[in-house]
Amino acid sequence: MGFFIETMLGGLMTGMLYSLVALGFVLIFKASGVFNFAQGAMVLVAALAMARFSEWSNAALGGDSLFLANVIGIIGAGAVMFLVAWAVERFVLRKLVNQEGATLLMVTLGIAYVLEGLGQTFFGSEIYSINVGMPKDPVIMFEGLVEGGVMINKEDFIAAALAAVLVGGLTIFFQKTAIGRALRAVADDHQAAQSVGIPLNKTWVIVWCVAGLVALVAGIIWGSKMGVQFSIVTVALRALPVVILGGLTSVPGAIVGGLIIGVGEKLSEVYLGPFVGGGIEIWFAYVMALIVLLFRPQGLFGEKIINRV
Amino acid sequence: MKMTDMNTSPAGAQAGRRFGDVILDLQNISLRFGGVKALTDISFNIREHEVRAIIGPNGAGKSSMLNVINGVYHPQEGKILFRGQERKKMEPHMAAQQGIARTFQNIALFKGMSVLDNIMTGRNLKMKSNIFQQALWIGPALREEIAHREKVEEIVDFLEIQHIRKTPVGALPYGLQKRVDLGRALAMEPQILLLDEPMAGMNVEEKQDMCRFILDISDQFGTTIVLIEHDMGVVMDISDRVVVLDYGKKIGDGTPDEVRNNQDVINAYLGSGH
Repeated sequence: MGFFIETMLGGLMTGMLYSLVALGFVLIFKASGVFNFAQGAMVLVAALAMARFSEWSNAALGGDSLFLANVIGIIGAGAVMFLVAWAVERFVLRKLVNQEGATLLMVTLGIAYVLEGLGQTFFGSEIYSINVGMPKDPVIMFEGLVEGGVMINKEDFIAAALAAVLVGGLTIFFQKTAIGRALRAVADDHQAAQSVGIPLNKTWVIVWCVAGLVALVAGIIWGSKMGVQFSIVTVALRALPVVILGGLTSVPGAIVGGLIIGVGEKLSEVYLGPFVGGGIEIWFAYVMALIVLLFRPQGLFGEKIINRV
Repeated sequence: MKMTDMNTSPAGAQAGRRFGDVILDLQNISLRFGGVKALTDISFNIREHEVRAIIGPNGAGKSSMLNVINGVYHPQEGKILFRGQERKKMEPHMAAQQGIARTFQNIALFKGMSVLDNIMTGRNLKMKSNIFQQALWIGPALREEIAHREKVEEIVDFLEIQHIRKTPVGALPYGLQKRVDLGRALAMEPQILLLDEPMAGMNVEEKQDMCRFILDISDQFGTTIVLIEHDMGVVMDISDRVVVLDYGKKIGDGTPDEVRNNQDVINAYLGSGH
């Protein structure tokens, strides 16, 4: 029983990371109708920038203040993500107003490669670490309930809380504020949004910035847990089935979808793996997505039938 | 400012609204898409407070004309004067900033949003609080939101759509969606309101309602209205002046009576053989 719960919690944690990446997908899709394949690359760039900027400033400060170095790192990485958002709008999206969804999809694939290349050129392609002072030591819980208790990392709790705050904040931002309304308006209808005076260009920069910040949060949590390396990009692709499961337009869907996939792949690996020789973890998410597409193409929480991808 | 211009009584308004100066002057507008001529050398003007109709058979270039005024299309030739000033090449959101609002032939509402939210987007330009205040939803942003919400409720009352305020617009019947579309444009408190076939696809009753709203907008707010419409009865009843297009050329311009008796117009509509 204790082992089952531990496996499940491990899955929830992985799922949380998927959710954070998926959140970036959903934000951009909600606000511009673009299915952004570059979200994984954005997480990589954000994490690289964060790791390197804090490393450099730590060296410059003589290793005195880790906190200050991290603050500089976050500001630096935030600036990089803003630059990315601005450049994407200025040099790519602006030229492609009113183009087909498939065109925009392909262009984000291109953006992904450019970001991966540039990111590694500027920040290096080694494995780096992010240390934001998250507690690494595990705690034993529920000792009274199950024999031997359940082991959980403290850092997983913090990550979960962060993700929850992010989701709550973004939901309010989207539903209650004038800018959120403008973002939803642009996603629904470019022409009508312009006719009420919403400038497309500015809106796109804002939404890519928000997606960039979400990528930064995901990158920091991920990086501090497993180190910053190129493989973040491939794991980030796991967020693709997550958004299909949760629904392309739903912020809560991204979270629930991520958790379902995270838990599902861990449990199936542990309990079904031995019968089929393992490796379930690798394809589980995609099979889930396939099944969801068959029976509920808009995803669990999606607003409408997907017609752009 | 707009309100003070309106000192005509409703009865007097029916007898003839008082036109102001020329607010928008279109001079020798030509618009081509590749080799296709959508508009050829069209000139006409729009006076303040009037209801100006643009009519013509299918494919005459009416919607293109509206899109030129709205800044969606940029004519290759010709000048547009807004209050006497030549207008530079502009995008639709800039037209919105100048006080030009529009509705759409094929309703272009934000389908996932409620009626209130849709109309609220029309207030976006009037909001002054910055992105950080809005993101945190504090101080000025919250006060502003409430003030604008009041204005939106006035529009909701005006258009008699109180009962559907919270409904997602995607779930509304066509006639009501058209009304929400109008509401969103009204929320901008425009100087010029462009209506692209506001009565297309409506039944008689819905058309009557829409006519009433258009005339009320003109009377109560003094808004200048430019209207494309297929229903001749409606056009002749509610417009002050009519411009007639056919194959991208202007073939008539004047009061409804003048246009009705214009031989070119009759030929365009009935065919020259008749």
